[in-house]
Amino acid sequence: MNTTTAQIFWWVALPYFALGVFVVGHVWRWRYDQFGWTSRSTQLQERRRLKWGAPLFHYGTFAAIAGHVIGVLIPQSWTKAIGIPESGYRWFSAAAGTVAAVLVIGGIVILATRRLFVPRVRATTAPIDYVALTLLLIIVFTGIAPTIGINLLGGGYDYRTSVAPWFRGLFSGSPDVQAIAHAPVIYQVHATAAWLIWAIWPFSRLVHAWSYPVWYLWRPYIVFRSRVASHPNEPGTGGRKWRKIGVPY
Amino acid sequence: MRVMANVAMVMNLDKCIGCHTCSVTCKQVWTNRPGTEYVYFNNVETKPGVGYPRRYEDQEQWRGGWALDKKGRLQLKAGGRLRKLLTIFYNPDLPTIDDYGDPWTYDYQTVIDAPLGTPNPSAHSISALTGRDMTVQWGSNFDDDLAGAPRHAAGDPNLSGLEERVRMEFEQVFMFYLPRICEHCLNPSCVASCPSGAMYKRSEDGIVLVDQDRCRGWRMCVSGCPYKKVYFNHRTGKAEKCTFCFPRIEAGQPTVCSETCVGRLRYLGLFLYDADKVLDAAATPDEQGLYEAQLGVFLDPEDPEVRAAAAADGIPHDWIEAARRSPVYQLAVRHRVALPLHPEYRTLPMVWYIPPLSPVADVVNATGYDADRPDDVFATIDSLRIPVEYLANLFTAGDPAPIRRVLRKLAAVRAIQRAGQLGLDLDEDLPASVGASDEELDDLYRLLAIAKYEERYVIPPAHAEEAGRLMGQHEQLFCSLDTDGGPGMGGHGISSYRPTGTPGSPQTFEAEDGRTRFNLLGWSGKGQAPGLFPDRGAVSAHDPAEGGLA
Ligand code: SF4
Ligand code: SF4
Repeated sequence: MNTTTAQIFWWVALPYFALGVFVVGHVWRWRYDQFGWTSRSTQLQERRRLKWGAPLFHYGTFAAIAGHVIGVLIPQSWTKAIGIPESGYRWFSAAAGTVAAVLVIGGIVILATRRLFVPRVRATTAPIDYVALTLLLIIVFTGIAPTIGINLLGGGYDYRTSVAPWFRGLFSGSPDVQAIAHAPVIYQVHATAAWLIWAIWPFSRLVHAWSYPVWYLWRPYIVFRSRVASHPNEPGTGGRKWRKIGVPY
Repeated sequence: MRVMANVAMVMNLDKCIGCHTCSVTCKQVWTNRPGTEYVYFNNVETKPGVGYPRRYEDQEQWRGGWALDKKGRLQLKAGGRLRKLLTIFYNPDLPTIDDYGDPWTYDYQTVIDAPLGTPNPSAHSISALTGRDMTVQWGSNFDDDLAGAPRHAAGDPNLSGLEERVRMEFEQVFMFYLPRICEHCLNPSCVASCPSGAMYKRSEDGIVLVDQDRCRGWRMCVSGCPYKKVYFNHRTGKAEKCTFCFPRIEAGQPTVCSETCVGRLRYLGLFLYDADKVLDAAATPDEQGLYEAQLGVFLDPEDPEVRAAAAADGIPHDWIEAARRSPVYQLAVRHRVALPLHPEYRTLPMVWYIPPLSPVADVVNATGYDADRPDDVFATIDSLRIPVEYLANLFTAGDPAPIRRVLRKLAAVRAIQRAGQLGLDLDEDLPASVGASDEELDDLYRLLAIAKYEERYVIPPAHAEEAGRLMGQHEQLFCSLDTDGGPGMGGHGISSYRPTGTPGSPQTFEAEDGRTRFNLLGWSGKGQAPGLFPDRGAVSAHDPAEGGLA
């Protein structure tokens, strides 16, 4: 079967473009916008919903990421080689996936409601946050629907022989476009939204993910620093080459 | 022995009139910008009262500061590192904006635009968080001057254990003001709580700061500080705190709150301390021993050995000399009249307080005695449980003995001066009865009552040979504090260097004289250079003096 230009664009060009933006965007933002690099927590404004939403969402996401690593990055042949039968794997992935799905969905519903309907939180929301939130919602729902609807309750769909090889192929330089192009639409939407979120990641508050401060575990408690001169800002820039703070208010 | 220097402050509470000038000037300089409406690096609380944020002193609720674990080791009260990382998504100990008070402004335009007429227009309160109408419920100083005391004052954590008696003896009501800034602690729990390592203590002068570029908004410092002196900027998503006005201190000037204090009750100076003893002192088993333990950490700058060690540890000569003249050292160590605020938080705070005699005098007056007669005052100090116990809960982890000792000393100073002025007879044993000599009490009187600017503020400037390193900051064309979301006031001087025009187009900025100038830095040499040369018409319209030059 011939690969069309649209398919090339959609399943090869777009992912590489997103990856490029992801990498370059991060380097650029890290260098020019340390000040804007923050989780932008709104716990000060609202804590009751955050108390449930934030841990559910974050821990659920960690579980989901772990699931993707197992399901997408590790080839089927490897799990077979160490003697995990396909049915066993399927059962495990559907069950664990469902648990993660419930956590994530509970979390994101609480967080999204909070962001959209609590005026104090909504006021801190920039346009890029809405874009990120929309993409996240699409990713979560299109990710969870097949996990529960197809793999847990339905007949099951073996994404490990279609979506996964294409994804790994992107990194080895030979993406299997046909495999993804013939996967169910819901997987396609999921993958596309995922690439898009990679592309906007460096420009949104999602960058805080890379700052999870594990080194705190080893650091001495009290930090001393000497007074040092910092480089002067270029006049007229305020040192910041990024969007202004607090504009959406 | 590892000698380090720390700038410190002492406040004489008897002189505070609760005018809030310090809070206002501090706010104008540091937190007069969106996102920090509710932030008071300096605030003044009425005591008894709940404080700001509400009931911040109740560490069973907020879990700030340090505590000893079962084995007697020093631990953050809110839990160890792992617990911090696991609760990073939702910090269970963080106050919400309602504990501070939703910051608000008023819809003044309605009043201004109101047509002439009989009904008085009224301005709605508008939340600074949402821009919507709101009902004001709570804010800083809602219980100022004991306003609403029957309802609020009982919430003061320092009254725990005293509540029953205070309610019964409400005719013996007392009141004083407690101005608070960050304590710039020797063992800062805010720094220890910051998972990013963005907070630090400066090794030269001990000032505790937040690196705005490295803060990631994990807000552990806000809950980690038992004094609640780290605030979360709700627009930038970064923590901010009292800076001890470091740009002024580096230049040898007092902090803004000290400079503008109406009561002239603030003293600034250096402490030399032994950094090796800090952790042991903070881990003193008995809470009531923490005051003495912290005194044990300070080093005597008159001791030649200490001076030699200080020089060996790289403390410049003029700093050592300044430490010898330090008024805070005199008040805290030599005269022992200044006490730390809540030593039981184990952070070894560096802003100390001379407890007020006025609550005692109030009670003496109320009971019909003469507050100027030392005997009456002494008897009251000795017999009174409130407010002495109340002051003890604030300054000595509940031990009334140091409070009594300090109050007696202050009363003795007054009695001696009064006797001198009025030619009264004086009990010759009076100085000895408060454990001091005549000269010491005279020195103390001078320091408390008539010390001039140079004696109240002994601040050695940041070092000349370091000026080269600091040059970058000094040579900037504009204030280094003027960053986006930073503490620039946005007045003429600072806003002059704000960029104008759209991003990407040739960079211009508005200069002091109101003219638009062109920024040659970053100009490719091609295209237009608007504002590179003055526009005659515009200049003369702006400034007649300059127009004459053209
Ligand atoms: S008082 Fe200041 S130095 Fe001490 S813990 Fe709080 S913020 Fe940190
Ligand atoms: S300016 Fe001085 S007298 Fe006035 S409230 Fe502040 S500390 Fe008290």
